[in-house]
Order: sequence, then structure tokens, then C-alpha cells
Amino acid sequence: MSARAVEVVAPGPLTTVQDAGRAGVAALGVPRAGALDQPARALANRLVGNAPGAAVLETTLGGVSLRALAPLVAAVTGAPSPVRVDGCPAAWGAPLRLAAGALLEVGPATDGVRAYVALDGGIDLPPVLGSRSADLLSGLGPAPLAAGQRLPLGVPAGTPCRIEPLPQPAPPRELLLRLDPGPRDDWFAAGTLPLLAASRYAVSPDGNRIGLRLTGPPLVRRPGLGELPSEGMVLGAVQVPPDGLPVVFLADHPTTGGYPVIGVVPAADLAAAAQARPGTPVRFAVAARRPAGADRG
Amino acid sequence: MRVHRVGRSALLLEVADDSEVASLLDFLNEGQQDGTLGAVAEVVPAARTVLLDGVAEPGLLAKRFADWRPSPVPAGSGPLVEVPVVYDGADLPELAARWGVSEAEAVRIHTGQEYRVAFCGFAPGFAYLTGLPERFAVPRRDSPRTRVPAGSVALAGRYTGVYPAASPGGWQLLGRTGLPLWDERRDPAALLTPGTRVRFTEARPTEDRLTEARPTEDR
Repeated sequence: MSARAVEVVAPGPLTTVQDAGRAGVAALGVPRAGALDQPARALANRLVGNAPGAAVLETTLGGVSLRALAPLVAAVTGAPSPVRVDGCPAAWGAPLRLAAGALLEVGPATDGVRAYVALDGGIDLPPVLGSRSADLLSGLGPAPLAAGQRLPLGVPAGTPCRIEPLPQPAPPRELLLRLDPGPRDDWFAAGTLPLLAASRYAVSPDGNRIGLRLTGPPLVRRPGLGELPSEGMVLGAVQVPPDGLPVVFLADHPTTGGYPVIGVVPAADLAAAAQARPGTPVRFAVAARRPAGADRG
Repeated sequence: MRVHRVGRSALLLEVADDSEVASLLDFLNEGQQDGTLGAVAEVVPAARTVLLDGVAEPGLLAKRFADWRPSPVPAGSGPLVEVPVVYDGADLPELAARWGVSEAEAVRIHTGQEYRVAFCGFAPGFAYLTGLPERFAVPRRDSPRTRVPAGSVALAGRYTGVYPAASPGGWQLLGRTGLPLWDERRDPAALLTPGTRVRFTEARPTEDRLTEARPTEDR
């Protein structure tokens, strides 16, 4: 049997290998990484019969082209994209059987930002600190795909789904992000949280896997507080740098940071954030502040 | 201690200073080892805080810290790593001038302390070490260098840091070490993990690449 692998024919503007990401190493300064749209990655894996943890490809707006070097099964989910096999239109969001030598082309996304390409057996590059994910902040894991590169595949674990294309959430027309205030909402001028809740922001083109950047009304810090000593950061933290424009931390976020976090977006809302194109309107639904349980020791 | 909720599955524990962080880390490590802390995915220390992330019931866990009080971390606890340094950093003359001493005396000051890894951040395996007396604190450089070589030993504020890989950086360069600070095949990948004690020793330029890490467990 020939080695199960694909060859990268055209890598697209930015295509990376992603799985669930790195766990338990934040204290060493290692970001979590992992697919930005985890539900889309999980669905792609399910369609080709992979275990949930299998590594897939994450594209960015422009698609990717791959040649199968052995018979295999592929599926494309996430950002809606035209899919072709050997030049013929093929289904998005469904398992595709590819013969050895077949060309799988995922075109530029017609909507959304990131498409996910699962291949049966999963991308089998060597894991780094327990994960095959590319971390673009610190450069851990496999580098972004390059033309001519061969990606080895693992042994298929299960059978592909025998189902019609599944419904997937459409990329957002307007991104609604829930926000749980804190831990540093008290670093901002009085009335900042109501202002944030009432304001319209838009997705900036400067965002990346580290953070979703926003344009809109700047948030103003309370004067005289000086600098915040660096502290641990979570996924979904809304950090406010000196320019006042909020940044929503995505998977490649730094493990510590010194700008105050006004609130945290629940992880469940971040898949939509990862698919929001530049210019998409953004609103924050600000929750009531919760007591810590024990506020002072 | 102040306990902050951070989203739906994390707590930020805020204490007075880095010695309280060290004491809190000891308490958390014990809690993880004897199982009383419950499931916590990440324990991330920093300058004045410890983040507990991936917590199932943060409201419940917060109550565990209601009567926590810092206790001094016993001297000599934690593994000890000796880091041989060739003290030929570009900023050594300026640092010595700032401290009002000769370069040789500046090296003696830096090698004369025992340090402790307070936390990691900025890059994988980049350790922030405390131990240098406050009067030797120095500011960051006005303009950061675009490339600081791997192994650089540098100062900023009260912290000593060691660059595990080449990167841009604004810390004041004291010297360099040949120790492998980051190795993805090692567990843990970082040589200098939070709680590790560190002694810097002066090495000659020819020795530095031959020296191996010598972690010792002398509790």
C-alpha cells in the first residue's frame, strides 16, 4: 500500500494544521493554539470518520489545493467555499471520496473566513507538546503550508458518514458577542460598560489568529492607575490596549498580558467571531457582574 | 487576597507581591497533588496574580481561598539549576555605570544572589526571575533591539530573564548562556519553570557551550 498522504499544490494565503490545541502548558508561556472554529473542525472530522482530536487544515479566505497520493476521504466545512474534485464541482460539508492522484480544490470562501479540510486518518505530522497545531504567535508546531509539501495522514479510525450535507451555522451578518465583565472593568472610566453595550463596532481587517481586532469608539481608562503588572490571559479575553480599541483574544493569544481586560467573551461565541469578515458589525451583550464567590480573603 | 471571576471558567487570584505569589503557588501545587483543588486545566502565575483557567465550578472554587494567608516560602525549596553565563552583554558597561560599580563588580552582584523563577511569559520558556535586590532595578531600553540572540541573560525592572530563542527584545543584555533553555522533546520543555531556583555563575567564553544543565533535587 502506498503511503497515505496529500501533496500541497497551492497553499492559499494562509493554511495551517490545527487540532484541539495545547493544554496544560500555559504556565510555560505556551499559547493554546488550535482551530479557531472548533465546531467546524469537529464536523469535518465526523464527516470523514476521524476521532474528534484529529488534526485538520484551516484556510484563511483564499482556499487550498491538495493532491491525494492514495485513495482517501475528505470533507470541507466552515466558511462556505466552492469545492472541486478533478475540476468537477463537489459537495461542501459532505464526505468526498478521492482516488489516488485526484486534485481537491477548495476555492476562495464565498462567505466567512476559515474553511476546514479534514482528511481520513488526520494530518499526521509529529505533535509538539501534545498537539499538531500551528501556533502563529510563538512559532510552535508545523509552519503554514507551502507548495510542494507532503502531509502524511494517519490510519483511518472509522467509517465516513453516509449522510447528506449537514446544516452549518452561516457566517454572521452581525456578530453578537456576550461579555462577562471583569477582571479589570474597574480600570475604565465610569460608564464604560454601558457605553460598550450601546456602541457599534466593526471587525477590523488587522485581526489574525491571535485576536479579533475591532474598530469603533475607543474605551477610556480611569486616569492615575499606572501600569497593570502582566497577568494570565484567557481565551475570549477582551483586552484594551492604550488606543482604547478592544481586541478579543483567539486561540494564539499570549498567555500573559499587561493591558486591562474589561470582560470575557464565552468560548461558544468565538467560532462565529472566527468567521466574521472585516467590516462585519459587532455588538456586545454585556452581562451583569457576578460576585467572585468569595470576594476578599 | 482578591478573587476575580474571569469569564465563566476561570479565576484570577490577586495578592500583594511576588513572594505571596510563590506562597500561593505552593498552596495550589499541594492542592493539585492531593486532589483538593479539583480539576483546573491551567495554573498561570504572573507578577502579582495566579490565573486558574479551565475550572468547572469557579464560584465554588473561589470559596477555597477565603481564609488563605501567605506563609513564607522556605528558602531552598524547589529544584536548583545552575546557569553558567559569559558576562559580555552589550549593556553591561551601562548597567555597571548605573549601579556605580566596575563591570567585574556588576558581575559579582549578579552572581551573588539566588534567584527564583516567578513566572514564564512573553515567549515559550521565557522565565522572569526574582532575587535581584530592588536597588539594582533597571528600566527597559528606550528602543528595543530587533533581534536578541537565544541564551541572552538580561535585566528589566527587578527581573532577570533568559531568552530561550532569538526574538526582538527591550531588556538590558548582561551576557549569554549556552544552556538549552527550551527543548520540545523534553518534559517539561522549559528548563526554567515557575518555582525553580537559579544560580548564575560566571563562565569563560570557551566553556559556555560545553556546560550541561545540572538540575538537582536538594530539598
